[in-house]
Amino acid sequence: MTDTAIDKIAQRTPARVARKVRGLSDRAIAWLFVGPTIFLLLAINIFPLIWTIYLSFTNFRANRPNREVEWVGLRNYERILTDSDIWLNMQATAHFLFWTIFFQVLIGFALAYLINKKFRGNDLWTTIIVLPMMLSPAVVGNFWTFLYQPQIGLFNYIVAFFIGADPSSFEMIGSVTLAPWAIVIVDTWMWTPFVMLICLAGLRSIPDYIYEAAEIDRASKWRQFWTITVPMVLPFLMLAVLFRGIENFKMFDLVVQLTGGGPGSITELASINLKREAFEKWRTGYSSAYAIILFVTVFGLASIYVKALNKVKER
Amino acid sequence: MIKRALLMATAMSTAGLMGANAAQAEELTLCWAAWDPANALVELSKEFEAESGHTMNFEFVPWPNFADRMLNELNSGGKLCDLLIGDSQWIGGGAENGHYVKLNDFFDAEGISMDDFAPATVYAYSTWPKGSPNYYALPAMGDANGWFYRKDWFENEDIRAAYMEETGQELREPQSQMELMQIAKFFQEREIDGQTRYGVSIFTERGSEGITMGATGALYAWGFKYENEPGSYDMAGAVNSPEAVEALEFYKELYECCTPPGYTDAYMEQSLDAFKSGQVAMAMNWFAFFPGLYADPNTGGDKIDFFVNPPQNVAASTLGGQGISVVAYSDKQDAALEYIKWFAQPEVQAKWWELGGYSAHNSVLQGDGFEESAPFAGDFLVAMDGVQDFWQEPAYAELLLAMQKRLHDYIVADQGTAQEALDKLIEDWTEVFEDEGKL
Repeated sequence: MTDTAIDKIAQRTPARVARKVRGLSDRAIAWLFVGPTIFLLLAINIFPLIWTIYLSFTNFRANRPNREVEWVGLRNYERILTDSDIWLNMQATAHFLFWTIFFQVLIGFALAYLINKKFRGNDLWTTIIVLPMMLSPAVVGNFWTFLYQPQIGLFNYIVAFFIGADPSSFEMIGSVTLAPWAIVIVDTWMWTPFVMLICLAGLRSIPDYIYEAAEIDRASKWRQFWTITVPMVLPFLMLAVLFRGIENFKMFDLVVQLTGGGPGSITELASINLKREAFEKWRTGYSSAYAIILFVTVFGLASIYVKALNKVKER
Repeated sequence: MIKRALLMATAMSTAGLMGANAAQAEELTLCWAAWDPANALVELSKEFEAESGHTMNFEFVPWPNFADRMLNELNSGGKLCDLLIGDSQWIGGGAENGHYVKLNDFFDAEGISMDDFAPATVYAYSTWPKGSPNYYALPAMGDANGWFYRKDWFENEDIRAAYMEETGQELREPQSQMELMQIAKFFQEREIDGQTRYGVSIFTERGSEGITMGATGALYAWGFKYENEPGSYDMAGAVNSPEAVEALEFYKELYECCTPPGYTDAYMEQSLDAFKSGQVAMAMNWFAFFPGLYADPNTGGDKIDFFVNPPQNVAASTLGGQGISVVAYSDKQDAALEYIKWFAQPEVQAKWWELGGYSAHNSVLQGDGFEESAPFAGDFLVAMDGVQDFWQEPAYAELLLAMQKRLHDYIVADQGTAQEALDKLIEDWTEVFEDEGKL
């Protein structure tokens, strides 16, 4: 019988080490394997989180390491929660979050429903549809600033063609009323394919025999859609909403490239404002408190949502 | 025996020389913004390399990221830059946070006198606290925000007649801010050579410093002051004075009436593009770009001319420009100081101006024929006589970002009134100075 590679390693292990390893319990061996990962997790996730919580109660500034750090209690939290400008940033974030998810779910599901039908060129269309999400958000942001350009932008020309107006008569990213929608349109363009793929997975997981049984029971297509398709795809849809919700709550790159948070502060999402406070104004203590507030908000909402998702799955 | 001793002596002296050369020849890195004058400095520095034996490397960062990138570098104690041509507003932070080497002893030892440089540039680029004889930089690049216009259009008889008919006045370089707006309105959406043209390109950028640098051009011309008494941080009544409100309303109107469509986030590059593409009749930008504009084959030469920021209540321009500092974290400070010593020489300063850099040395500025040496040289001297700068406090970034937000909210996003914008700005700045322990 030939020795395997593991046998050879075992034979080469010095007797003293081998005895030690043999003496370890299963639990100890498990810790040996998991230990490095836990150490890394503590070092790069948990410690910074605890440190951030500590800093949020101080007036520390990372650009003034020599300045005395003062304990300011809840002052940073109080300032943030009573600052009307921050609430405007939150409103902008909520607007962006709600409408991007709404359109992405609606269009993504519709596209998945169509792609799920067997037709010629199905695979080609799927590939074309998913192309936008393969691009870098920074590239997409830059690319759309040209499309939105009032004098030469294709978007303005297309809209103008349909509404019969002068293309330079409206500014998608320069107008207070249109800019919030401009970022919604781009994010929807980019990430609808992601929602579509998740919905497609859901649709393809529905066994055909359920529809066949419904056909035998003479259920209409409309009835089949509402009583079979939607309930069975719902957990997938909810998962897509969760992913997109978390992603868009911390949206930064795409919007910075598109509008830089402007005009004024109309599209300044919470994450953009946080970056300015932390790395441009260097208010480290203040921005730590801001980050904690955002973290608690996302974590809290996501936890509630995951519970609801589990309930839907159990049904 | 003698032969062996000679050989030994030769070997030792060769080794000693090689050692000495190795100790002297350094690789220096100079950090600055990526723009036209930086290319001129590369050219100029070749002479330093030849004379000193040091090698010069350059780290040029595009303007929108320059402050972020360099201030992060300084704050982290980075060793990337041995020499830094940092913005004038960084001098307070550079000095107080220990980023820059204090140069007084070096200047004294090398006989470099600050009296040899234009007083406005020494005050703005070198001193901290402001106006004190504590020097943290050598004035390297004088600059101010100025204007340029399509001279060929201004000289066109048909256009001049149309302007006369519309306004009852001669079309000329604007003598006041109000006249500038009148001319801009005249050109707005006017057909010239079969194309639609616009009035002006001005700074409206939100992300870094654009709209502040643009709007202060109007604010200073109306007599804007940051404090009632210098050094008091007493801002109420100064920052939000009736004149300041009027100036801000003027800038908003100028933005609304006379800029090309989609001009909501424009700074240096966009202003240059708008002018070079023939979109606008007038544009604002830093003097640093004027040599390049004059040399432009399409819109330069006899098609362009320049003017200083027009006065309204007072003659004043927004200060640009930078001083050159030695970074305190550099391991090659001696070689870096050597560069500054070389750069401060009058003949090097003369060559600097020749290559397209804006020398602040009196021997250049007051030299014979300086005003005639370039079509914008005279304007540069006038502008530098009346420059005003933004806060240069260590907390300058916070002060600047607050102003960026309040101005962009009012001017571009049309939120609230000029009075409200300036009142809120005082609140923001007060909070910053309270945090700094200055109020």
